[in-house]
Amino acid sequence: MIMQDALSLTEFQLMELLDVGWAEVTSAVAHISAIVCPPYQSALSLMEQRVKNEHLAGHLPTGLKGLDEALCGGIPFGVLTELVGPAGIGKTQFCLKLSLLASLPSSYGGLDGHVIYIDVESKFSSRRLIEIGAKSFPEIFLMKGMAKKMSGRILVWRPASLSEFTERLQQIKVSLHQNEVKLLVIDSMAALVSGFSRFGSIFKEIKSTISLALPIVFPKSLPLPSIANFTDWAHSRECEQGIPRQHPLGWHVSFIKSLAEFSRIPIVVTNQVRSQSSDEACQFSFQVQRWKETKEDHARYGSHLVAALGVHWAHAVTIRLVLEAKSGQRFLKVSKSPISAPLAFPFDITASGMSLLSDDGIELTGPDINAIHSQGHSDIINFTGESLQ
Amino acid sequence: MSQKEVVPLLMLLPFAGAQTAWDMLHEDEMFPRITTSCLDLDNILGGGINCKEVTEIGGVPGMGKTQLGIQLAVNVQIPVDYGGLGAKAIYIDTEGSFMVERVLQIAEACIEDMTECNGLLRKDFQAGQLKMHPNNILENIFYFRVCSYTEQIALTNYLDKFISEHKDVKVVIVDSVTFHFRQDFDDMALRTRLLSGIALKLMKLAKEHGLAVVLLNQVTTKYIEGSFQLTLALGDSWSHSCTNRVILYWNGNERYAYIDKSPSLRSASAPYSVTSKGIRNSASTCKRIRMM
Repeated sequence: MIMQDALSLTEFQLMELLDVGWAEVTSAVAHISAIVCPPYQSALSLMEQRVKNEHLAGHLPTGLKGLDEALCGGIPFGVLTELVGPAGIGKTQFCLKLSLLASLPSSYGGLDGHVIYIDVESKFSSRRLIEIGAKSFPEIFLMKGMAKKMSGRILVWRPASLSEFTERLQQIKVSLHQNEVKLLVIDSMAALVSGFSRFGSIFKEIKSTISLALPIVFPKSLPLPSIANFTDWAHSRECEQGIPRQHPLGWHVSFIKSLAEFSRIPIVVTNQVRSQSSDEACQFSFQVQRWKETKEDHARYGSHLVAALGVHWAHAVTIRLVLEAKSGQRFLKVSKSPISAPLAFPFDITASGMSLLSDDGIELTGPDINAIHSQGHSDIINFTGESLQ
Repeated sequence: MSQKEVVPLLMLLPFAGAQTAWDMLHEDEMFPRITTSCLDLDNILGGGINCKEVTEIGGVPGMGKTQLGIQLAVNVQIPVDYGGLGAKAIYIDTEGSFMVERVLQIAEACIEDMTECNGLLRKDFQAGQLKMHPNNILENIFYFRVCSYTEQIALTNYLDKFISEHKDVKVVIVDSVTFHFRQDFDDMALRTRLLSGIALKLMKLAKEHGLAVVLLNQVTTKYIEGSFQLTLALGDSWSHSCTNRVILYWNGNERYAYIDKSPSLRSASAPYSVTSKGIRNSASTCKRIRMM
């Protein structure tokens, strides 16, 4: 029996197991507790450590001024940052840019490191990555060999199943330190749970067939479906089917969080949306009793979309960024963050990735910061290099 | 002796550790409460978070639980001259939500408020200059990062010794008590037993050392009376474990706190807000005060 197990047993069980008296057991438990107990430090020493040892005191700047300011420097190290929003809104685009930023030399605001990109739905596009790089940092990318070097630092992995993902996660933990990995992206977490739906796997087969048959550059005039369109169509089919709410991701959540903590890197995870069902829990029992609000009242407050993966997952992420569309304009909302005000920034996706239309951000009051809208959003992102709406 | 003679004599024997209600009342008055920096919230709490008791605070993600936890870790340090306890804090982080930048912001705002108060009220007080620096506040928060439920149990056991060595700690915040008990626990009976063990030890700690224990909890959904409702996590047995229970929720566009359970406070709700300075009065309360 290892030491820690002793802490889960009662004193009586220990007395029986070890065949000793009460006093010995109490003293043994106290001793074991003192050893197993994690060390402490003052909040001051924690801060000083971060400022001294880490890039910008533990932040990865996104290049979006308003967002970076709201997040005290950028995507924080050591915790999970989640991007949630409807299909095609720009989550993967954001992840591509972040991957690039993490691989850039520190003189350009990057982390000068490697990136592991877990691409569950085969949405990663290296052409798009290079395009974003060339448009955002032409000075670097036009230098000979730089594009190859930077994109060479980004390792893309496509797990075939949840169990393969689980297995690989443990290996990742070991190799993180060795390979100077500075960012881990999981795109998307929700897709892992929905079990790589039928559409996903069929799509992958089709894609591999198509990519062999067609030339590398897809002209805009190519009749549908383009690869990007298909992904989003498949995703919207999934939403209609309903991604399961309860999920067996408890262990993964815990493990990924500890991975972030232990390696002090940022981990960015994307999440999908699903429609809110009529029996969605949204009140405590005292609210039901006291104010007898009807379900219709609540429908007024909320939107019809909610994040997939449920409230347990929502508790586990430290930062939640909601990407949504309202009246045709896309917004990036800082929905959950221990360090930011509830701000919404209008944005667009351009050839150089995501760009904010205003760095000031609109401060939202009330639970609207958590709502996910998809009004007037029918644009699908094409990876054809043209400027997008 | 007959039973009739023995029983009254037994009634007079003092129980070790027991107190009369009268003594307890006097003791309560001696222990100041920790302010939350929100007037309405302090009011429904009877002045603030009570030392000597365990208070559980739960709510949906983004409600401000961590914010409140950090605010209390800062406010416990408010000097006695300013109506505080002048004490230190232990912050037990099980989720990694403790962001030092935010602690610094809240500490700076707390000092600003005290300095302002100094300026307004204590013009005649000679020695009054506040000598606190935000770094002093950060220095007095003992931060533990717990990564598993066994570490959580070990730490709970170890706290008694730690606090005996650091007698000026007057608040222990656990953020959150839930996290490690929600992942993959196959044996629910074991979970219930471990949690109640933790609750008992923390209550003992609170009482013996005269400090406040604040446990932050998450929410889950439960099927009650024909519909799905929100409820605090960790199950029914846990809901009995803590002395006081406060639920943070959205009421329209405002954040509210509701006293769900307390032996001494009546059931009431109060609005509060989360600002760049930390927990503060809600905007509507501010308007009301300005009009007074």
